Amino acid sequence: MLPLFEYTKGMREEHTSYCPGCTHGIAHRLIMEALCERGELGRAIGVVPIGCSIVAHNYMNVDMCESMHGRAPAIASGIKRVHPDNIVFTYQGDGDLASIGTGEIIHAAHRGENFTTFFINNAVYGMTGGQMAPTTLIGQKTTTTAGGRSEAANGKPLRMAEIIATIESAAFVERVSLDSPANVRKAKKATLRALETQKAGVGFSFVEFLSTCPTNWGLSPIASLEWLRTDMIPYYPLGNFKTKEIGR
Amino acid sequence: MTDNRQLLKGNEAFAEAAIAAGCRYYFGYPITPQNELTEYMSRVLPSVGGSFVQAESELAAISMAYGAAAAGGRALISSSSPGIALMQEGISFLCSANIPMVLLNVSRGGPGVGGIQPGQADYFLATRVGGIVDYHTLVYAPASIQESINILMQAYETAEKYRNPLMLLVDGMLGQMMEPVVVPDGVETIPTTDLHALNPWAVTGHRGSRERRVIRSLRLKPDELERSIEERGEKYARAEIELTSYEAIDLDGAEIVFVAFGSTSRIVKESLTALKRMRIKGGLIRPITLWPFPYRAFDGIDKRTKAVVSVELSKGQLIQDVKLGVNGRFPVKLIHRTGGMLLTPEEIVAAAKNISEVN
Repeated sequence: MLPLFEYTKGMREEHTSYCPGCTHGIAHRLIMEALCERGELGRAIGVVPIGCSIVAHNYMNVDMCESMHGRAPAIASGIKRVHPDNIVFTYQGDGDLASIGTGEIIHAAHRGENFTTFFINNAVYGMTGGQMAPTTLIGQKTTTTAGGRSEAANGKPLRMAEIIATIESAAFVERVSLDSPANVRKAKKATLRALETQKAGVGFSFVEFLSTCPTNWGLSPIASLEWLRTDMIPYYPLGNFKTKEIGR
Repeated sequence: MTDNRQLLKGNEAFAEAAIAAGCRYYFGYPITPQNELTEYMSRVLPSVGGSFVQAESELAAISMAYGAAAAGGRALISSSSPGIALMQEGISFLCSANIPMVLLNVSRGGPGVGGIQPGQADYFLATRVGGIVDYHTLVYAPASIQESINILMQAYETAEKYRNPLMLLVDGMLGQMMEPVVVPDGVETIPTTDLHALNPWAVTGHRGSRERRVIRSLRLKPDELERSIEERGEKYARAEIELTSYEAIDLDGAEIVFVAFGSTSRIVKESLTALKRMRIKGGLIRPITLWPFPYRAFDGIDKRTKAVVSVELSKGQLIQDVKLGVNGRFPVKLIHRTGGMLLTPEEIVAAAKNISEVN
């Protein structure tokens, strides 16, 4: 009998500490599946951020190191210098990447670093308890914007994929969503393409995953997926922003 | 006999020695007075199979170096005081994750942006460290370019043995001056493929043949965090026994014992000769390691000594360790300049004469 569904070798058989309905688990699995499918699991080195997913190394079955807040792209740049033939990736949330780590992510793209960044955008600081992130939507209530984020006080949210795409040496930039099976399949395709871009040495690759945070959004898992669709996607359009040709 | 000596500027000699010691990864950000080192690395590292990256900031530079070192590579960081201050986040992290690294602080006067002339105002930063503490950086304070080279030649092995960052505190004077030096032949470079086996903790990709490796700083369970701090404490206790190093000159019968490190100790040595002519016997304790500090050197001070004098280019920082070393046995005095101003032998002699007469 063939199993219909099983653990990927890329994931360790551990219960995650993520909240019910959080989409970190889906993103983890997609990346690990993609590495397995490309035969790169044993050559992959990941950098985890500060935030909920600092514990990703408990679940991902690859060599990993922790990072100072926001510095993962610089750390990955150092790892890639020592092991240019390995697949190197960072896994970062929006507080980590779009706030304290803007310098590092912009300049990794600027140098055309040949690694991949997986960016989890759930519009909030998760681990610290739901404060405003640079990606928090206008009107969205957080613990530091109790009346909802106002443009006058905080400006408008940052669209990181669009920003990265303007940088000449970025090779592959795509925004995907984890809200539905169809979108998860698209996210898998983007993940594979990002890894292929790195493998071919074309330059910096970046996949932004629109994700949920039911706990800090104060919504049920299902209502969270709905909010992602009705509120996040209109502001953060899905799609590819840049694809440099991979030479065959 | 052939003379292998070359006339080299400090900053370039440090870079050449680091490469000879096996450094292949350098991440730098421009800051005076250490730029010649960064520039040298950009020219030379690619030609020896290494990598040079000009980082966007000191925060990024230390993070890149952490990545390279976590991956098993021999990385070098150099900067000067304000840049080293910014790097404290990374240095604290390196210590917590037990990652070896060699750093050069070509120090200048502070606080803040301060100035660009030589200074020793980073003494506390180097020896008391600047991140979330409960760790130590191994700190060496060479007094000449040749001594810096000799220390650098051993630095990676020491840092790797202790799995801890090692810093050379060399002030801007040593970085900018030229001296005839010998840089030993380089060690053999370790092929990237061997880093895997050589550093059984480094992230290299598990290749399906071993358990995954994880390099961690976060320890959410208090008992686990405490255990990691205590374990690190054991290695620091070992370092105090194994690494502590100093030079002691003419302590026997000395009226005044000076304590000075780095380029300042050379000015003090000149003052000793001048004092001898005035029939004032002076001695010198020169710490070569600032952490671990050579407190035991102070047990060698003659009972007849009138005063122990800390001579430093900072506003009374070294003197704190001098007092710990003296432990109440002698009066302790301070001779100092700050802001990038240097002490002259004449100034030291005049101050010493005054101390000798009063005590």
